[in-house]
Amino acid sequence: MTGTLAAIGAGLAVIGAGIGLGQIGGKAVEAIARQPEASGDIRGAMILMAAFIEGAALIAILLSIFFT
Amino acid sequence: MISASICFAQTHNHDHGNHEGHNHATQTKQQDNHQGHDHSGHNHDGHNHADHAQPKAQQKSKHTSHEGHDHSGHGHDHGDGHDHSAHASGGDHGTHHANNIVADCGSAAQPVHHTGYDPAATAIHHISDANVYTILDKIRIPLPAIIYNKDRGMEFFSTGKFGAGHHDDGHHGYKDYVLYQGNIHRITCPGYTNNTGLFDIQGFDKTVEKGADGKEIEKRFAIIDGKAYHIEQKTIWDGGLLGGGMTSFYDLSPTKNVVSMFLVCALLFFVFRKVAKSYVTREGMAPSGLQSFVEPVFQFIRDDVAIPFIKDDYEKYLPFLMTVFFFILGLNLWGQVPFLGSTNVTGNLTVTAVLAIIVFIITNINGNADYWKHVFNMPGVPWFVKIILTPVELLGLFIKPLTLMLRLAGNIMAGHIAILSFIGLIFIFGKAGESMIGSVTGTALAIPLTIFMMAIELIVAFIQAFVFTLLAASYIGAATEKHAEHH
Repeated sequence: MTGTLAAIGAGLAVIGAGIGLGQIGGKAVEAIARQPEASGDIRGAMILMAAFIEGAALIAILLSIFFT
Repeated sequence: MISASICFAQTHNHDHGNHEGHNHATQTKQQDNHQGHDHSGHNHDGHNHADHAQPKAQQKSKHTSHEGHDHSGHGHDHGDGHDHSAHASGGDHGTHHANNIVADCGSAAQPVHHTGYDPAATAIHHISDANVYTILDKIRIPLPAIIYNKDRGMEFFSTGKFGAGHHDDGHHGYKDYVLYQGNIHRITCPGYTNNTGLFDIQGFDKTVEKGADGKEIEKRFAIIDGKAYHIEQKTIWDGGLLGGGMTSFYDLSPTKNVVSMFLVCALLFFVFRKVAKSYVTREGMAPSGLQSFVEPVFQFIRDDVAIPFIKDDYEKYLPFLMTVFFFILGLNLWGQVPFLGSTNVTGNLTVTAVLAIIVFIITNINGNADYWKHVFNMPGVPWFVKIILTPVELLGLFIKPLTLMLRLAGNIMAGHIAILSFIGLIFIFGKAGESMIGSVTGTALAIPLTIFMMAIELIVAFIQAFVFTLLAASYIGAATEKHAEHH
């Protein structure tokens, strides 16, 4: 049973990260479309933010793997 | 990468033909050896050949009774792992698995051929570190073992002594050490402690008990001369996260991961020396050869990572950032090379932990007064907010390297597990070698999915090396910022 709960936890973490990454990606593409000359800066900020969100999601997934 | 040994595992699969005549209901512990195994110490006398002479019809009915749970396949349980919770609805699998190991030392036992395919255990086995370097499940390069034993002091020997076979299980024990799934374990039973020399091992087994807290405790046993002896958990210290733990000896051996690290370091040294030389010999000319690969990457990290984040004194930290970037990139790509021992170095938490600790030390040693002021006494914030803010900032100091560690390891590990799971489809669909049509379907599914995943992993290898460097640069930049801009 604990295994199943851990899987649900991992799934929930992925939902959250997915929403966050979608927001970042969408907004970044919008921003680049508005100001193509700033695309370099926007891309850098996008990857940095994506890395933060991904980090949070991975912590959740790893915790659900290890502490089942 | 990891694919190699799994694919080849199929050649070891038990064909059902081998088992004809076996009475599975009255299953005794003895089963035929895997083909290709050369258990020199096997005790074949224990085979009850009378049991094998079963009428064909009865045998058939036995087999149908096995349908419905995943033990019907006689393929290899790669990694020998058994997720017992997943088998809860599995019906009569007890006949296959029952082992009567009651005591830690000296219970009578025979090697059980565990059947079925457990994707999770297989994946963990293949991403784990090992004391032998296995290529394609055929070539096993023994590595030196350097062990500190509290009773005997330092010990040096080659892991070739264990005579590792399929699953990287050793066929011999040396002193009181055995090789189980690629890792050195120690037998802690009287009679084997402080034993000297080699002895034969018939096989390995494990029992799962419910502990006091309801958690399942797995006990591993080496079977020697028909008796089971408890072996300690593997020694690779990972805080017990991947099945390791603190043991009565310390394994300081250069393992598969360490050897890969040295190989990649040597490769990087060679490449960068060559490139550096060509800047002298080809001065003023367009880059060529390796130069044209290294130069854009180098420039990208300098112009897009180091300069924007660290600004003025970026040159001081550039060597560190470049070293970290190419070290991680090199190891990420090394782990991606198919058929080369499936190393998972950057996907190992201990490796990324060391990298993260180095970043932590560099950040905090170079942190200026402004940085510490922002941690302990954030300017322009009322005192009651500081009560909350200061602990959060202090925690942040440690969370930053922690996320660095988890992000890199998690990404690479997840990539490897995904590829292993896709390859595992062959065995899941094929019922671990029993169903030919299923195997073909699984293979047809697994090949495009694995190629897709490996393509993704190739991008991830670059992105994760880049992200690690970028974040390290941003932490260092925040700590060394000359004048605080944001208040």
